[in-house]
Amino acid sequence: MPDAALYLTILIALPFVGSVIAAFFPTNARNAEAWLAGTVSLTNLVITIMFLPSVRNAKVVRAEYEWLPDYGLNFIARLDGFAWCFSILIFGIGFLVVLYARYYMSPADPAPRFFSFLLAFMGAMTGVVLAGNLIQLVFFWELTSLFSFLLIAYWHHNQNARDGARVALTVTAAGGLCLLGGMLIIGHIVGSYDLDVVLASGDRIVSHALYLPTLLLVAMGALTKSAQFPFQFWLPRAMAAPTPVSAYLHSATMVKAGVFLLARLWPVMSNHEYWFWIFASVGVLTLLIGAFMALFQQDLKGLLAYSTISHLGLITLLLGLGSPLAMVAAVFHIINHATFKASLFMAAGIIDHEAGTRDVRRLGGLFRAMPITATLAMVAAASMAGVPLLNGFISKEMFFTETIESHGNSVLDNNLPYLATLAGMFSVAYSVRLIDQVFFGPAATDLPRKPHDPVIWMLVPIGLLVLICLLIGILPGPTVGGFLATAVQGVLGPQLPSYSLAVWHGFTPALIMSFVALIGGVVTYFTLKTYLSGNIEGAPVLRRLKGKRIFERAIVILSWRWARRIADIVGTTRLQPQLRLLLLIAMLAALWPLSAGALASGALALDVDWPFAVDPSFVLLWIVGCGCALGAAYQAKYHRLAAVIIMGGAGLATCITFAWLSAPDLALTQLLVEIVTTVLLLLGLRWLPQRLEDTGVRISFGARLRRLRDLGIAIVGGAGLAAIAYAVMTRPQINSISSTFLERAYSEGGGRNVVNVILVDFRGFDTLGEITVLGIVAITVFALLRRFRPARVSVEAPRQKRFQNQFDADRYDAPKAGIAAHYMIVPGLIMRLLFPVVAMMAVFLFMRGHDAPGGGFVAGLTFAIAFILQYMAGGARWVEARLRVLPVRWIGVGLLVAAATGLAALVFDRPFLTSAFQYADLPVLGRVPLASALVFDFGVFSLVLGATVLVLIALAHQSIRIYRAMAAAKAAETDAIEEAR
Amino acid sequence: MSAAILGWSLLLAQIFLALAMAIAAWRIMRGPRAQDRVLAMDALYVNGMLLLLVLGIGTGRTLYFEISLAIGLLGFVATVALAKFLMRGEVIE
Repeated sequence: MPDAALYLTILIALPFVGSVIAAFFPTNARNAEAWLAGTVSLTNLVITIMFLPSVRNAKVVRAEYEWLPDYGLNFIARLDGFAWCFSILIFGIGFLVVLYARYYMSPADPAPRFFSFLLAFMGAMTGVVLAGNLIQLVFFWELTSLFSFLLIAYWHHNQNARDGARVALTVTAAGGLCLLGGMLIIGHIVGSYDLDVVLASGDRIVSHALYLPTLLLVAMGALTKSAQFPFQFWLPRAMAAPTPVSAYLHSATMVKAGVFLLARLWPVMSNHEYWFWIFASVGVLTLLIGAFMALFQQDLKGLLAYSTISHLGLITLLLGLGSPLAMVAAVFHIINHATFKASLFMAAGIIDHEAGTRDVRRLGGLFRAMPITATLAMVAAASMAGVPLLNGFISKEMFFTETIESHGNSVLDNNLPYLATLAGMFSVAYSVRLIDQVFFGPAATDLPRKPHDPVIWMLVPIGLLVLICLLIGILPGPTVGGFLATAVQGVLGPQLPSYSLAVWHGFTPALIMSFVALIGGVVTYFTLKTYLSGNIEGAPVLRRLKGKRIFERAIVILSWRWARRIADIVGTTRLQPQLRLLLLIAMLAALWPLSAGALASGALALDVDWPFAVDPSFVLLWIVGCGCALGAAYQAKYHRLAAVIIMGGAGLATCITFAWLSAPDLALTQLLVEIVTTVLLLLGLRWLPQRLEDTGVRISFGARLRRLRDLGIAIVGGAGLAAIAYAVMTRPQINSISSTFLERAYSEGGGRNVVNVILVDFRGFDTLGEITVLGIVAITVFALLRRFRPARVSVEAPRQKRFQNQFDADRYDAPKAGIAAHYMIVPGLIMRLLFPVVAMMAVFLFMRGHDAPGGGFVAGLTFAIAFILQYMAGGARWVEARLRVLPVRWIGVGLLVAAATGLAALVFDRPFLTSAFQYADLPVLGRVPLASALVFDFGVFSLVLGATVLVLIALAHQSIRIYRAMAAAKAAETDAIEEAR
Repeated sequence: MSAAILGWSLLLAQIFLALAMAIAAWRIMRGPRAQDRVLAMDALYVNGMLLLLVLGIGTGRTLYFEISLAIGLLGFVATVALAKFLMRGEVIE
């Protein structure tokens, strides 16, 4: 086959590509979706069939791509006979399911979601089967869990579907996690994750000391996926899925992944008695429990689900026996089970569809209403029961033969034939029950709908599968012999054990067992018939075995109680401890590098020349600044307003210091930030309850200690910061990067303002990150404030306002709004007139930013102040009626512009965020430097403006919002003020 | 000669302005009423602006004028906000 690697890749990739395409179809495009999905599966089926010559006689096809070369991981697609057989099942049954689903899904169901998930699942399953690398196998394994979750929860308006999906995902994904652990250990033992290397490792895994943990972890993965005891409970709950999903995932593919894995690792792991004990005992238990429980199900799909569990138990048991002949039987039964169970699920779907119920007790006599469906379902059910001349019979016969063979002479081994016959009896009993109660007996009278045979295309998939059942059952050798041999050779190598596929082997013990099971099953059913038709749910005795109840309790304990307790211990919801922890960690982090010797070493000598003569006015300025800083800290607890005012003094002193020491950029920024911060703090102060110095309550000793501790933390923090600043400033700057920036700012960035060139050009990427963070923070604050609930004492209007309103109401007859509007009428007018002036200044600062102090950040703040002025002068309603204030949009535009400027450089084949510059002669403005960095700076400007305005306005809106809420609450005359907010 | 006069007067102006700032800062600290503090802060801003102007005249660098321009244009915003807060209890209504 030419270019096998390409075709192998197509096998995995095509379903995923199809899935993405399917997602974009219109909601009701059932036909287009079905055509797409059908084409994908049929194409893959044809490709798989064409691979037959290359995988015959234990040959292997491989395609290898680099995936994570640093870790020695390659993406390997690997197809051998066994994987080939599974691929045929995946794509063949997949195609039939797509055809069936086209007619099953109602026009009201969104088709793109269904087919998209189905195709993605198909891809994931193909990935598992074709994985040539253990890690890759686990990856696709978890993908199948994920898509099975999405498919089970397809009707997500249904609580059962959601619960079932969640349980399935939790169980199978947790198993997948265990499997990953097991795979890692195998990789460690063998020294490679390559499946071929692992399979060639002989007895190394079995003889290794870590064999048992590996085996347990792998078993967890396989047993959860294949719904084996004690994890069987997820499968019946997954029956809330649409029937095509059950027919595909829960009969032919996903649940088979577990046994697929066991068979895959069988050659290198099964040669040990642990293997036998784990899988044989789990298998036989599941086989019995599943078959027993299936008999007592009243839901048609539930019956099929338990039957599937039981049949998977049978396959697990066969794999657990560890003999090559049992392996042949297991692979054969995988094929047979897929065919008859998929068709039975589809038939159950049709019955549900046509009759409107799946309750076995309500159904009856459907043979007359839907003869074709009934005939097909009866043949499939007979195959499930193991009736001769059907495929189920042959593999069951092989199974019985294997149970008689001795595999180690233990108690379990010696009793296997009896247990197998017992399970066979139950299997016959539930199959007979399915046929008898659904299709025969008196016709049901109280069905929600009048049943009849469905359209022919819904019957074709079932018909095809049933035909295969019959063909294999009657002529096993010619039909399935080569297929089976190819598959088994993929696991066992070219040397096959001698087995014969025939209907008639003579009077063997296995035949007697089949006979006993058939007779016993029929007798069991007719004995229990009246009991089963009664009002029972679930099997007797085992009904108490509530796997799902235990699971749910475990989930509650793990994800709720324990999680809460851990959160209680290690975390806190209170702000103060959080802040304290944050500060302490930050201090420790700062101390870490410093303790390495920087501060401690004697290099801290004060050997710098003061850059300026000691100017008396400068000294005074600093006294003012330091005094203000200390005063603010002193007043911060009880006189917050005073502290805010005093802090303004400290800020101004800092600002002038910056200007004095020739840092105009910093001075400007400091000043603007100072102003905006004052307004912000005042806006916040409105909502803080007043603090009283003397409340009359005695302060406890513990509280005093706490305050002392906090004072200590504050002092250490402040002193540490001062020490670091001092240490930085008192040592000569060696190899500083700043000189490079100074030299290159104009020659490479085209700007004389080095700070701005660094921000928008040299370190443009950092700036982009910073403004992104700023935007995120602003939007987060905004979102948090939307749910803001102030303290009860702060809800009312401020005292001053109430007093004034009362005064006005008593004294004037004029409407209140008129009086309020006359507040600060002169300053208000000036502030309104200042809007264009401040805006002009912002533009000025922005335009010249590249060459002189200014830039996007400062300009943005200035513009924001212009807006705040308007808000203060006219009130929020007045401004918003006249100006378009859309801060969120400004943030978005800013980010997009900044990112787009960066991307534009890519168009010119330059790295991201490369800047270009040029001078341009513009009318009026004169010669203006035009750098592409200016556009980037505009992004910064827009974002800073948006973020500042957004936060301030969101705070300012609180008062409007709360008064409105209060008015609404009063009008309703309820005291549900809390809810109204 | 005139340069010397200018130099000395500038130095004196600088010191007096810094002193004025210190006095304003004292009023900010002491209060006693919040209104006193707000007024004192406005005075502090005006004095700071003037100090930078004097510095600009002394050094001949225009950069100081720009900062004073910014203080002059925007410095009152904080004062207005404080006044509004005292008068109405809310900065933005």
